[in-house]
Amino acid sequence: MSVLEATTGYRHFHQQLDTLKQRLLAMSERAESLVDLAVDALLSRDAAKAEAVIVADAEVDQLEIEIEQLGIALLALQQPMARDLRFIISAIKISSDLERVGDHAVNIAQSVERLSALGQAIMPDPEIEEMARRAREMLGDALDAFVRADGALAREVCRRDDQVDSLHDGVFRILVTHMMENPHTISAAMELFLVSRNLERVADLATNIAEDAVYLAEGKQIKHHNEERAS
Amino acid sequence: MATNSSLTSGALASGGQHHVTDIQRLASEGLTAYFGSAAAIRGITLGVPDRSVTAIIGPSGCGKSTFLRCLNRMHETIQGARVDGRVVLTARDGKALDIYAKSANPIAVRKHIGMVFQRPTPFPTMSIRDNVAAGLKVTANGASTPRRTDEIVERALRRAALWEEVKDRLRTSAVALSGGQQQRLCIARALATEPEVILLDEPTASLDPISTQRIEELLHELEGEMTIVVVTHNMQQAARVSSRTAFFLNGELIETAPTRQLFTSPSDSRTEAYITGRFG
Repeated sequence: MSVLEATTGYRHFHQQLDTLKQRLLAMSERAESLVDLAVDALLSRDAAKAEAVIVADAEVDQLEIEIEQLGIALLALQQPMARDLRFIISAIKISSDLERVGDHAVNIAQSVERLSALGQAIMPDPEIEEMARRAREMLGDALDAFVRADGALAREVCRRDDQVDSLHDGVFRILVTHMMENPHTISAAMELFLVSRNLERVADLATNIAEDAVYLAEGKQIKHHNEERAS
Repeated sequence: MATNSSLTSGALASGGQHHVTDIQRLASEGLTAYFGSAAAIRGITLGVPDRSVTAIIGPSGCGKSTFLRCLNRMHETIQGARVDGRVVLTARDGKALDIYAKSANPIAVRKHIGMVFQRPTPFPTMSIRDNVAAGLKVTANGASTPRRTDEIVERALRRAALWEEVKDRLRTSAVALSGGQQQRLCIARALATEPEVILLDEPTASLDPISTQRIEELLHELEGEMTIVVVTHNMQQAARVSSRTAFFLNGELIETAPTRQLFTSPSDSRTEAYITGRFG
């Protein structure tokens, strides 16, 4: 191939694609930091940090709208093909996933506020902390895989989801034990269960993003075991 | 592939209309086309599935029009041009025929493999009716009576989605029609001889968007009945009208795949570069 550079007519389009990528990166940074802050608020039982999460979520929501509008405009006006098409479709889907990640961070923050009000300290925190760490790593790696179009990393992220699911089951068992031993812990245990549930959902969303990264990188749809069915 | 090299004028029956699935109506094998000593296309092996639209895309000068013109022996009409390799037409009766066999008659070949060009080419001195009937006069099943000719003309104009617009002025000059109508007239003229295959070389390049849309609709309608190969500059058009797409570059066939696959996940990086505009 002699020359592989953008022709004049496409330059504007490629600049807009780059803008879309930058906005998606900004959104993922915000969503990831919301999860970090929510978990931090939980571990330190800090209602002020929890409140900060709830306030900052509006920014993530706004970015979702911006990315969606930009993606729709590119589809309508540029008739993108091949990798560009896959990128735009995936970016729109990922923005929706990241918006949900922000919502789960808010849910955790709200649980933190209620836990602070309860003032009780039952502690399956090591497990929840481990879940948070893994879900957060999955999210970061899924987005890295997407940005770098790294199908191998993305597939690896998908495989990690099972570990988070079993941690969630473990947290549930611990909380049930607490509740059976001491009914006064029920309110707090329910909040912690919700936190665990929200972290488990963050890992699910990271898996969705990783599936989109595989689609971008390889053009293959692997969700719902589609690949195994096709083979 | 078994071939029958006895393609002479009238040798191909146009009966036997039953639909055979998955057959390659037309296939080039190692096709190389020269202008003088320069090869415009090299070693093209490409099958065209029956009753479907195959699009050929590629940058200017990639050889896509040359390839198309080889498929009905139009290439050799240019002085100094010649062709190596084979093009095999599987006729409706199932016989495979090399259109470049010594005994093949180019006129008979073009009856079975019709062509429509970039600019509408109605015969300016002829009426609408006579334009459509023009091809019949050189074919063996020719129209024996004016009444029979009228029937064929009406059928061809209906299939080309032009009948309703011209039925009241069949005897008037074809040049009074709009560009889009003229192009559909040329398609009707190609259809009148009941070809197995119709080749279109950028058929909407000189048309406005509405006329373009009508031609594209027409291709969809004809798809179930016949085999269509369309060369187009317009990738979106290829994506809209075809079920298979072939990408040509520098006289070579780079990739051919179902259209949906080629435009969403092409397997060759050069195809990817071309269709996403990252190509100098």
